[in-house]
Amino acid sequence: MSKRKMFFHMITASLMRRRSRMFVALLAIAVGATILSGLTTIYYDVPKQMGEQFRNYGANMIFVASAESEGLTMSDVEDALKEIPDEQKVGISPYRYETLSVNEQPVIIAGTDLEETKKTSPYWYVDGAWPEDNGQILVGKEMAATLSLNVGDALTITYSQAAMENPDQPEDVDRSLNEDAVNIEYTVSGILDTGGTEESYIFMSLADMGALTKEDEKIDVVELSISASGEELDGYVKNISKKVPQITPRLVKRVTQSETTVLTKLQSLVLLVTIVVLLLMMICVATTMMAVVTERRKEIGLRKALGASNKSIVREFMGEAMLLGGSGGLIGSILGFVFAQLVSMNVFNSTITFRPLLIPITIVAAVLVTALASLIPVRNATEVDPAIVLKGE
Amino acid sequence: MSLLELKDVSKIYGPLKALDKVNLKVEEGEWVAIMGPSGSGKSTMMNIISCLDKPTEGQVLLDGVDIANESSKKLTEIRRDKIGLIFQQFHLVNYLTAVENVMVAQYYHSMPDEKEALAALERVGLKDRARHLPSQLSGGEQQRVCIARALINHPEIVLADEPTGNLDEANENIVLDIFRQLHEEGTTLIVVTHDPEVGEVAERTVVLNYGKISKEIINENFGKEINN
Repeated sequence: MSKRKMFFHMITASLMRRRSRMFVALLAIAVGATILSGLTTIYYDVPKQMGEQFRNYGANMIFVASAESEGLTMSDVEDALKEIPDEQKVGISPYRYETLSVNEQPVIIAGTDLEETKKTSPYWYVDGAWPEDNGQILVGKEMAATLSLNVGDALTITYSQAAMENPDQPEDVDRSLNEDAVNIEYTVSGILDTGGTEESYIFMSLADMGALTKEDEKIDVVELSISASGEELDGYVKNISKKVPQITPRLVKRVTQSETTVLTKLQSLVLLVTIVVLLLMMICVATTMMAVVTERRKEIGLRKALGASNKSIVREFMGEAMLLGGSGGLIGSILGFVFAQLVSMNVFNSTITFRPLLIPITIVAAVLVTALASLIPVRNATEVDPAIVLKGE
Repeated sequence: MSLLELKDVSKIYGPLKALDKVNLKVEEGEWVAIMGPSGSGKSTMMNIISCLDKPTEGQVLLDGVDIANESSKKLTEIRRDKIGLIFQQFHLVNYLTAVENVMVAQYYHSMPDEKEALAALERVGLKDRARHLPSQLSGGEQQRVCIARALINHPEIVLADEPTGNLDEANENIVLDIFRQLHEEGTTLIVVTHDPEVGEVAERTVVLNYGKISKEIINENFGKEINN
C-alpha cells in the first residue's frame, strides 16, 4: 500500500467511524454550499430576471436626432443598433408624430411599428384589438372620448401639406378642402388605456403614416427596451454617441435608475445572506472539528508517539476537513441549482441558466471555508502532548 | 559504549523532584525492568527515555548522542527511528484493523508494507486476526498488536509501560514469552512494571523510590518461565 493510499484510507476510515457526527458537519457544509451556490446563481441571474421584469415598465433608452443632424433615418438607427447585442434587444419602436386633422380638429397621430410597441410598452391596455392590417388604428382613451369613437368605428384622417407648411392656418378652416389634402378612412381596432399622455394620441402603423403623408423615411424618436444593466446601458450610450453622431441616445432615467437601485439592494441582500450562512457554516464546522480533536486526543498522542510530525497531524486533520468540505460542496452545488431554480420559478416565473463553472467554484469555496474553520481545532491537535494523553491508569 | 545512558538526570515539577540525579546504563540487547511504587518516577523516566519529555537537568545519551536538549522535532525523529513503544492501554486506532494499526507505524517511519505488517502479526501469533478491528480483539490480542506495531520498524530499544497491567495471567504469559523471544533475538527491552513477577523475568531490575534508584537487582529467575 502506498503512503498516499494509506493516507486516504486513514482519513476516510476516520470520517466513516464518526459518521453521525460527521453527517452533521457535512449537512452544515452542504446547506452552506447550497445557499452559496444558489444565491450566487441568483446573484448573477437576478439582473437578467429583474431586467425582464423591468422591461414591463417601458422603454429604458430613446434615440432622438442630434442637434447637427437634419432628422433621424432608419439607416442611422440600424447603425446605432449594431452597438447593442441582439439578445439584449427586447423591443425597438420607431415613432413619427404628425399633427393631422380629424373632423377639422387637429389631432396628434403617432406612426410606429405596432408589433415592436407591444414589446416596448407591454403595460398598454387595449380595449378591442391591436391593429393587424393597414387601415386599422388605435385611439387613445381620451381622444376616443373627445371624438366619440368606439371600437369598430370609422374615422377619416386628413393630411394636407399646405396646412403642415402653414401652421398658422385658423383651426376652423376645413383642411380637407385644401387642394393637396389626402383623406383616408381608418377603422378603430382598439381603444388604448395607458394612464399616460398616449391616451390623447392616435396610433397607426408607419406604413399607414407613410401612405397618408407620402413620406416614408422620417422618424422623430425611437424607443428602445433593452435588457441590460445600468453600466451596460451607459456603455451603449457612449458608443452610439461616438459612432453615430447623427443620433443622440438618452437613457430613460426613471426606469434605469430605479432598476439599478432595486438590483443593487437585492444583490447586497443576497451577498449579506451568503456571508451570514457561510459564517454559520464555519461555526458549525469549527465546533464539530473541535469536538473531534478533543475526542481523538489519545489517538493524536499515539500518532505523535509513533513519530508523526505536527505537519503530518495537520495534513491528516486538514485532509479530513477538506474531504468533508469537498463532499459538502459537491452536494451543495447540485442542490444550489435546484434551490435557485425553485426561487426563480416562484419569484420571477422563469427558469435560470445552469452554470457548470459554479460546481468547481462551490466545491473550492466549501473546501476553503471548511479548511479555515478547521484552523483552530487543527492547531489544538498539534498542541496535544503525548506524554500526558497516553499516561497509563 | 552503552546503548542508553542516563547521567545525573533530574526532572523537576515546581517543588516536586520526579527524578533526582538518576544514573542508569542499559547495554545493547539487555532486558531491564524498572519497578517502584506509584509516584516513584517510573513514568517520568519512561517518558524521558522514549523522547516524549525532556529532563530538567542531566544527560540522556542514546547511541552516544545526548538527546536531552534536542528540539521537539528532532525528538520525534529519534522516537520514530529508534524507539518502539508498548502501552498498558494498548492505544490502538479503533477504526483501523489490526494490520492497519501496525502499518500506521510504518506510515510515519517509511512506507506502509502490508506483507511486513502481516509478518509482524504472525510473529505475535495474530495473523488470522489481522483484519479485525480492535473492538473485535481481546485485551491480550490488542496488546500483541501493540507489540507488533512497536517492532515493525526494527527499533534499537523497545520500551514497554506496564505491558501486562491490563491482562489476565494467560495473556501475561503470552506477552512475556514474546519478550523472552525478542530478548533472545537481541532486542533491547526496558519494561516499566509494578508486577514483581514481570520484574523478575528481566535480566536486571532497577527499583525507583522517590525519584532515585534505590537498588538494582540481577535476577536469578532471568530466562525462566513463570509457572503459575
